[in-house]
Amino acid sequence: MSTHEHGAVGHIVPIRLLVATCAVLLFLTGLTVWVAKFDFETIHVSEANILIAMGVATVKATLVCLIFMHLRWDRSFIGFFFLSSVIFVMLFISFALMDTHENAPAIIPGNSIEIQRQIDAVDAAQAAHALIPDSAADHGNGH
Amino acid sequence: MSQGDFKSKAGHVTTHDHDHPDFLGHHWDTPVQQFEAGKLGMWLFLATEILLFGGLFCAYAVWRSNHPEIFKYGSQFLDTFWGATNTAVLLVSSLTMAMAVTFAARGRMKAVVICLVLTLAGAAGFMAIKYVEYSHKFHEGFYPGMSFYEEPHASHLWLPLEETAIAEKAHAFELDQAESEEGRAQMLLRAELPEAPADAVVWNKPVAGTGPAGLTTSDLATDRAEFTVFLPEAVLGNLEDIPEELAFAQHHEAGEAVHLSHPLQDPERPANVQKFFTIYFMMTGLHGIHVVIGGFVMLWLLYRTLKGHFSREYYTPIDFGGLYWHVVDLIWIFLFPLFYLI
Repeated sequence: MSTHEHGAVGHIVPIRLLVATCAVLLFLTGLTVWVAKFDFETIHVSEANILIAMGVATVKATLVCLIFMHLRWDRSFIGFFFLSSVIFVMLFISFALMDTHENAPAIIPGNSIEIQRQIDAVDAAQAAHALIPDSAADHGNGH
Repeated sequence: MSQGDFKSKAGHVTTHDHDHPDFLGHHWDTPVQQFEAGKLGMWLFLATEILLFGGLFCAYAVWRSNHPEIFKYGSQFLDTFWGATNTAVLLVSSLTMAMAVTFAARGRMKAVVICLVLTLAGAAGFMAIKYVEYSHKFHEGFYPGMSFYEEPHASHLWLPLEETAIAEKAHAFELDQAESEEGRAQMLLRAELPEAPADAVVWNKPVAGTGPAGLTTSDLATDRAEFTVFLPEAVLGNLEDIPEELAFAQHHEAGEAVHLSHPLQDPERPANVQKFFTIYFMMTGLHGIHVVIGGFVMLWLLYRTLKGHFSREYYTPIDFGGLYWHVVDLIWIFLFPLFYLI
């Protein structure tokens, strides 16, 4: 496998390596679908499912970056650059989660006010609809 | 050198002209310098893409950590098979895109064309599957936000009505039908039918084939399950245009546990369950827009490749278009488990 083949500009990734990478990615997809069938919460490992799924997804994403996107052979600055955007997103999510967990006890249970209003409106409309005998006939002539 | 010059001459670049190839911008010293600078710019753009989706991933994380039950409940209405299929389609199209870059660097432009066509087919296939999924969801009344609670279009989404109201409506319908010839024919047809079983009106837990001869379903002519008629199999077989409710009844056995069609039918549904579909449509929608844009990028690359604009010395747009396509793949790698595999 000629991993050191160079073109006019930059490194050339051999086709065999690309195909092998894709095969591994497809295998990992199958694996993550298979694992998702088990509910680990029943054996008191809450959030295990999401951790496994995200772990597999991260491995897949790393493979795509390193091989398909040539990061393995690029200047490390580019990888650092891209990774920092991911890290900033994780920081963003972490701080948002910390904030929402601080305030979560204040969340009012039940539907939000606007949604509940909408549900009540539909229920009322249906109840009213049921008392008008003509409406069925209106629909009945359609066919 | 103007952009027009390099476009018209790029195909004729000779390897002897190392100092001044047509594709090289006048402000660059070497093709490698131009390529590497462009690549950094492309990765800068990709980093902003991650930040763009990062906002939505953050919304997902906050909503889910506060209300995991909404996501667990909503996820069962998505089809894992189609999600996994779409993942495979995107992964393979990523492979063909990466192959296109390798072939371009080796100067094998015919192979590049084939790979780009395959990648384009992957983009089209992904969107086709997404269209099937979306239209199915819309048809069943799964809309983002408030629309989720509006009157559903599909007949079987209607909650069961009181039995007296149903009987009143049935009577009104009969009277109306008696005025038209077609209606009278239908009435004759129905006059021969046995009585509907008492439990036939419970439409939110559909029971098919509970009677002696056939199937329980809603009225044939309306598009709403507002009252019930009872139809023997023999009559059913002679109908040309089978309504949705009948088709449903035909495909289910008596007493069979039927998957809920819509959360609104389920009194046990979690509060604010529409949030799952809101974030689902927003995230997969934004991703879908990226796939469509990727499709146009492929078309553009295909056009330029066929025009002979690229060579083994200059294939930068193919490489950068590929990077974009891989990021689209990257996002989906995370979206798939977050929505389909909960």
